[in-house]
Amino acid sequence: MTDYINVALPKGRLGERVYEMFARAGFECPALLSPGRRLIFENAERGVRYFWVKPSDVAIYVEHGVADVGVVGKDILTEYRPDVYELFDLGVGRCDMAVAAKRGFSDDRLRTLTVATKFTSIAKAYYSSQGRDIDIIHLNGSIELAPILGLSDVIVDIVETGTTLKENDLVVVEKFMPISARLIANKASYAFKSDVIDRLTGELARIRSEANDKDN
Amino acid sequence: MIDFDKVLTPEERTVFTLRGLYREYGYQQYKMSKFEEYDLYAKNKDFLVSDGVITFNDKDGRLLALKPDVTLSIIKNSKDTGGVQKVFYNENVYRAEKGTGSFKEIMQTGIEYIGRVGSPELSEVITLAVRSLAANTRRYVLELADMDVLEAFLSCLGISERGCERILECLREKNASGAASVVEDEGGSQADAALISELVKFHCPASVAEERLSLFIRDDATEAAVGSFVSVLRELIRAGVADSVFVDFSVVNNTRYYNGIAFRGFAEGAPSAVLLGGRYDKLMRRMKREACAVGFAVYVDELARAGREND
Repeated sequence: MTDYINVALPKGRLGERVYEMFARAGFECPALLSPGRRLIFENAERGVRYFWVKPSDVAIYVEHGVADVGVVGKDILTEYRPDVYELFDLGVGRCDMAVAAKRGFSDDRLRTLTVATKFTSIAKAYYSSQGRDIDIIHLNGSIELAPILGLSDVIVDIVETGTTLKENDLVVVEKFMPISARLIANKASYAFKSDVIDRLTGELARIRSEANDKDN
Repeated sequence: MIDFDKVLTPEERTVFTLRGLYREYGYQQYKMSKFEEYDLYAKNKDFLVSDGVITFNDKDGRLLALKPDVTLSIIKNSKDTGGVQKVFYNENVYRAEKGTGSFKEIMQTGIEYIGRVGSPELSEVITLAVRSLAANTRRYVLELADMDVLEAFLSCLGISERGCERILECLREKNASGAASVVEDEGGSQADAALISELVKFHCPASVAEERLSLFIRDDATEAAVGSFVSVLRELIRAGVADSVFVDFSVVNNTRYYNGIAFRGFAEGAPSAVLLGGRYDKLMRRMKREACAVGFAVYVDELARAGREND
């Protein structure tokens, strides 16, 4: 029986880009890129099985051992702290966790700051390290609306190009955490499949280093 | 004649198998009440695996708790006789589940060895941990680290206390580049950063780990710590259980309570460790006991479930 390595990939552009790296690392599965709504793909010859999952769920699949490895943003790892290994920084999907506010906003520190965010733990940790009292408003999306409508003073959110902020007349106050996609592994899976997981990690490191050399 | 194989649940079979195994090695069963004074847990909060304890007031006003842990109660009731106490238990503990925060009853079996602890005693406990897995599942791995090696190595690199905490976090996550960054942030050399990466990635069969461990010998303290660890590994090779043991420094216990060896066991089919253990002389000192101690706990439900899936 083939001892498959099960990989959870985040649906979307990042997942497709990461898959290309996996394929170059020797874990190709061409059917994965075929159009359609299938979510599970496997290549018996390479001993690999892929699942497309919602990006924020990748760590859940890996922590529960359904997937042996997966690719997830550092933001999700820091926010939810799943009990998984963080084996490698793939160097793709780069962005920043940032504080943003309406143009002209200045924090006078005279009152509790209201912060709207999807990333409650990250925001709490950041402001606690600054010794700043805050009220958190947890939102699930369209975070940029909060300061515009007066729901919060600032937001803590992911900033990639800054276009959405600009279009809503918001500005970055501070970028405080660089984010990129990470290769994660289930701890029990690693115990039994360390050879193949180490081979994958080594190949991904080689591919990243080649890409860096090309950029330089 | 009762056919016990048909009557017993997999969990019960696992408990009976382990009970027989621990008796074979001279361990005596330790029975205890489900309740304990809450104060014991308040004083040793970080030792507990999960946050949250179920508490209630007894009729006399004392604040009691449903046990979230067994080891603390065994130490509390132990006496410094100078001799050896070898006990095993099979008890339910009550812990908050990660994520939901809801309390859960968890069946735990385990052993505690209290007394003088040297390489042969450590080897006996680790061998029993391996045999606990082997008796209940076909594929299993025991991962083993040594906190003394870790502490001696970090100390000779001159890492600050905060830096050490960050490195321990990176070790738990096998985040090699993160650990290397910490060393560089603290002004360490590239060679030191590369070496800490090696430590984070360390995952090597116990039978061939000796040479790789020698990479971390930098001074008298690291030499002594690596030497003690290697003598335990040699004992495991002699005991014939080293094939399923891997040295892996992602097994990091809380350094305020634990010292020396730390280990955890995985059974194929279970998504997380089914066995956790280590040496806890520091906890003994905190509880004013002079003896040394080492032990482990087996998560019976998880081990039995993994055994079923293997079948």
